[in-house]
Amino acid sequence: MPRLSYAAPTSVPDAIKLLAGAAGLAKVMSGGTDLLVQLRSGRTSPELIVDTKKIPGIVGIRETESGFVIGAATSGAEIGEHAGLCAAYPGIVEATNLIGSTQVQGRASLAGNLCNASPAADSVPAVIASRGVAIVVGPNGQRSVPVEQIVTAPGRTSLAKGEFILEFHLPKPKAHQSDAYLRFIPRTEMDIAVVGCGVSVTLDDNGVCIDARVVLGAVAPTQVVVEAGAKALIGSKLDEAALAALDAAARAACNPINDKRGTIDFRVKVAGVMARRTAAIAFERAGAR
Amino acid sequence: MSKIHVTTTVNGEPAEFLCEPQESMLDVLRDTLKLTGSKEGCGSGDCGACSITLDGRLVCSCLMLGVEAEGHSIGTIEGVARGDELHPIQRKFLEHAALQCGFCTPGLIVAVKALLEKNPNPTETEARFWIAGNLCRCTGYDKILRAIMDAAAELRGEVAA
Repeated sequence: MPRLSYAAPTSVPDAIKLLAGAAGLAKVMSGGTDLLVQLRSGRTSPELIVDTKKIPGIVGIRETESGFVIGAATSGAEIGEHAGLCAAYPGIVEATNLIGSTQVQGRASLAGNLCNASPAADSVPAVIASRGVAIVVGPNGQRSVPVEQIVTAPGRTSLAKGEFILEFHLPKPKAHQSDAYLRFIPRTEMDIAVVGCGVSVTLDDNGVCIDARVVLGAVAPTQVVVEAGAKALIGSKLDEAALAALDAAARAACNPINDKRGTIDFRVKVAGVMARRTAAIAFERAGAR
Repeated sequence: MSKIHVTTTVNGEPAEFLCEPQESMLDVLRDTLKLTGSKEGCGSGDCGACSITLDGRLVCSCLMLGVEAEGHSIGTIEGVARGDELHPIQRKFLEHAALQCGFCTPGLIVAVKALLEKNPNPTETEARFWIAGNLCRCTGYDKILRAIMDAAAELRGEVAA
């Protein structure tokens, strides 16, 4: 087995060259909270680790004319401390801050959570719900990819050899737009979602929903955008009929596994409940904005 | 391939070491720098016994590569006391008997110090959530929480030391 090497390039072209030029498996490292566990257990045996954190701009949050730019390797702790992002996208912040412990928050990143490609990743449904876009760089240049197109299966992404995520773009929130994320776990902290749900809504001046996105995690091989759930919300003020339609749409979108965390029946039922509760929080926040 | 030379700061002092690319910061601290206060419980970021600070930010040293310390500042349990004088958090852990076997204690002290530097007046709930990643299988956490709240009060100057 070839020995592991480590590189911490200080520019995007250098990082691409290293990743694309590796003969064997090359792994991109952000916070490393998943990668180090996999290295240690032998689940992955790369020939090269490319630590991206020395690339300018890959750590940090910028507020721009068009919205927010979150560096791919920005830690959850930094995301939680950014007042502007907390106000604009409370759902993304609360989802990100649910990942692991305080210690894990000091390192874990959005790009790592996304590219580890777990169906239960907490930040991913929230970022998809708010139409987050990943800026992917690689040997063929730069492309903008809606976040829901990154994960293709558990542990697999659509990134090609030599590609990595540089940053995430979030649009400037509209008037009366907000988001929320909830997950079900059997205890209060330090666990993996049995069901996760991200909802983003935009209301008009009368409190009627004019735009919505509903995204489920941990109930299918990849995150699920529940189009019928969004349709159930649009045009409503979140009355019981809309909630019942959302609940049914969320349950219908599930394709879960049975495991020690939850049975198929349980996950399906809880998906409906989580969708109702998350939508209620998103509506309340959007109405207050 | 030869070992990598790393120049860093540990507990305020310049430090350098050689390490393999896959070596964790915890292994470097314990085996190379002989700072054995940080413990290995799980090696997967669940137990918090290896807690250190990286540029002031609380992290698990088992989830960090030694080579990542290059140019950064590391804080460990060995840097908490001032010579022979215990930090108030350490003293309160002793006064409240907030430990039994002691394996989780260094990590908890480092975590609590990071908490109180960020939030000098935490509620008990905030303190409990902050240390959710520090597992103690002896105490049931009650005495740990009393020690944290008492240390926080003392550090705010609310009670006589």
